[in-house]
Amino acid sequence: MAFGTLAIAACLFAPLAGSTRIHLGAVFDRSIPYADNIDAQIFFVARLPRVLAAALVGSALALSGVVFQALLRNPLASPDTLGVSAGASLGAMIAITFGFDFSLLGISAVPLASFAGSFGALAIVYGLSAARRRGTSAIVLLLGGVTVQALLSAVIAFVQYLADFTQTFRNVRWLMGSLDVASYAPIWASLLPLALAWSGFATLPRALDLISVGSESAAARGVDIERAERVALVSASLATGAAVSLAGPVSFVGIIVPHLVRLIVGADHRLVLPASALFGSAFLIGCDLVARTIIAPLELPVGIITALVGGPVFLWLLLRRV
Amino acid sequence: MLHTTDVSFAYRGTPVLHGVSLQVHRGAMVGLLGPNGSGKTTLLRILAGILTPAAGRVAIDGQPLALMTRRELARRVAVVPQETQTTFDFSVLDMVLMGRYPHLGPFALEGAADLEIAKEALAATGTAAFEARRFSTLSGGEKQRVVIASALAQASDVLLLDEPTAALDLRYQLEIAALLGRLNVERGTTMVVSTHDLNLAAALCERIVLLKQGRVIAQGPTRETLTAQNVRSLYDVDADVTFHERAGRLTVVPIGRAY
Repeated sequence: MAFGTLAIAACLFAPLAGSTRIHLGAVFDRSIPYADNIDAQIFFVARLPRVLAAALVGSALALSGVVFQALLRNPLASPDTLGVSAGASLGAMIAITFGFDFSLLGISAVPLASFAGSFGALAIVYGLSAARRRGTSAIVLLLGGVTVQALLSAVIAFVQYLADFTQTFRNVRWLMGSLDVASYAPIWASLLPLALAWSGFATLPRALDLISVGSESAAARGVDIERAERVALVSASLATGAAVSLAGPVSFVGIIVPHLVRLIVGADHRLVLPASALFGSAFLIGCDLVARTIIAPLELPVGIITALVGGPVFLWLLLRRV
Repeated sequence: MLHTTDVSFAYRGTPVLHGVSLQVHRGAMVGLLGPNGSGKTTLLRILAGILTPAAGRVAIDGQPLALMTRRELARRVAVVPQETQTTFDFSVLDMVLMGRYPHLGPFALEGAADLEIAKEALAATGTAAFEARRFSTLSGGEKQRVVIASALAQASDVLLLDEPTAALDLRYQLEIAALLGRLNVERGTTMVVSTHDLNLAAALCERIVLLKQGRVIAQGPTRETLTAQNVRSLYDVDADVTFHERAGRLTVVPIGRAY
């Protein structure tokens, strides 16, 4: 409940705040024609898409984090752990460096290539999980994911080496993670993979509780482990891919939000999953608000803020655990 | 009620079990003995339906496990592993309620009936006092009792225990043994217990199955099967097996390696 209120409050408040002051009354004032209503234009064109994107990206990353942590039985797992976000980054780097210039349904080449890249990484991870027979531990999946991530990072470095000065600048900016979304098309497009991921997540909470205690004891209690793992992997990867193609690799959201939520609601995934989705939204909207306003009129990439906030919080969590 | 007929199994080409046939009757307490690597854990996994045998049949009340869904199977057979470690901080009650999983639909929440079953399982294992505590803060023996409570909450016909006392000190070993004996007598729970502790088996089990290199070398009533000769052929250990007056059961005293 509290998390829902927080998320809704963030969605309502955030679009109103920014480098230029606007008034909610003026935004919805029907007497002013839209073409002349600067407040409404700022609200609907500059701010609202950005806040909606933050909400979607924040919840997707937080949910994927929860699922990966339970699936891999490792509290340090995050949406990046299995290399999906590295795959998405590689796609974006290739599109920027080789100057891809096409669009589909109003979405430009970079997010499209990024989503395709996340699918490539997903295919590798899926192959790993299929090759993973019974008796092999989650450690194998974890090590495989870390290896895929390292490999893809090397290819990213190679592609960046080929880039010229301006392309390198764009690449670096993209890798910082930014919610510079100024239209609704990419948001609409991301809803399809996100909706698939959400419906996958919806079947998982109890199975994740049992899997996090041990996959063999979960099987003995009636969990169809192979199916649950497949649904979890695909859903979390889809959500991560959609989030990264929308905003770039925004760090720390997927690792600290689940931990903070567990501190408050406990370990039961039937609470942790929805609460993380809501808190992830609110957290990223809040971070983006800071990014937009702290050195206004300049806008910082939100990834800098999430890392600056998330890093110390995560260190505190680590020290607290020991 | 639980039967295996000529069960064989191999892990990636390495044979582990050869033609194992055994019967576990309703209400029985069967001990599974054998050296490390003899196939005890594999056999328990096959009995739980977690592994599918390469050859042979496993059935519960005549119904082949291979034809049952995971959920159906979990309503018939519960497993207590040697050790349980949690990644996240579940409470003791949470852990026990997880045993209700096979009885609930995918989106159902535990109801009052499930809560009552869980509390009853906590009471039966003497763990009701720490139902609100974090599982991770319990001692080894307390954890094992909670995991047994969780298996009881699963309301299955058979309980499979894989070396349930291996990680525990002497006091907790006796405590868990007494608990298992009581559950068997009072609730009529059918149990298969694998163990390295011959004295535990002697105290607890009316029948034992001796497994060596994936084959059953002897099975029968504990009094007749737990002999110095069988211990020697099982472990290559010279041991005295005598009836202990004060304990009222057979005791095994290992003397040394037999070459």
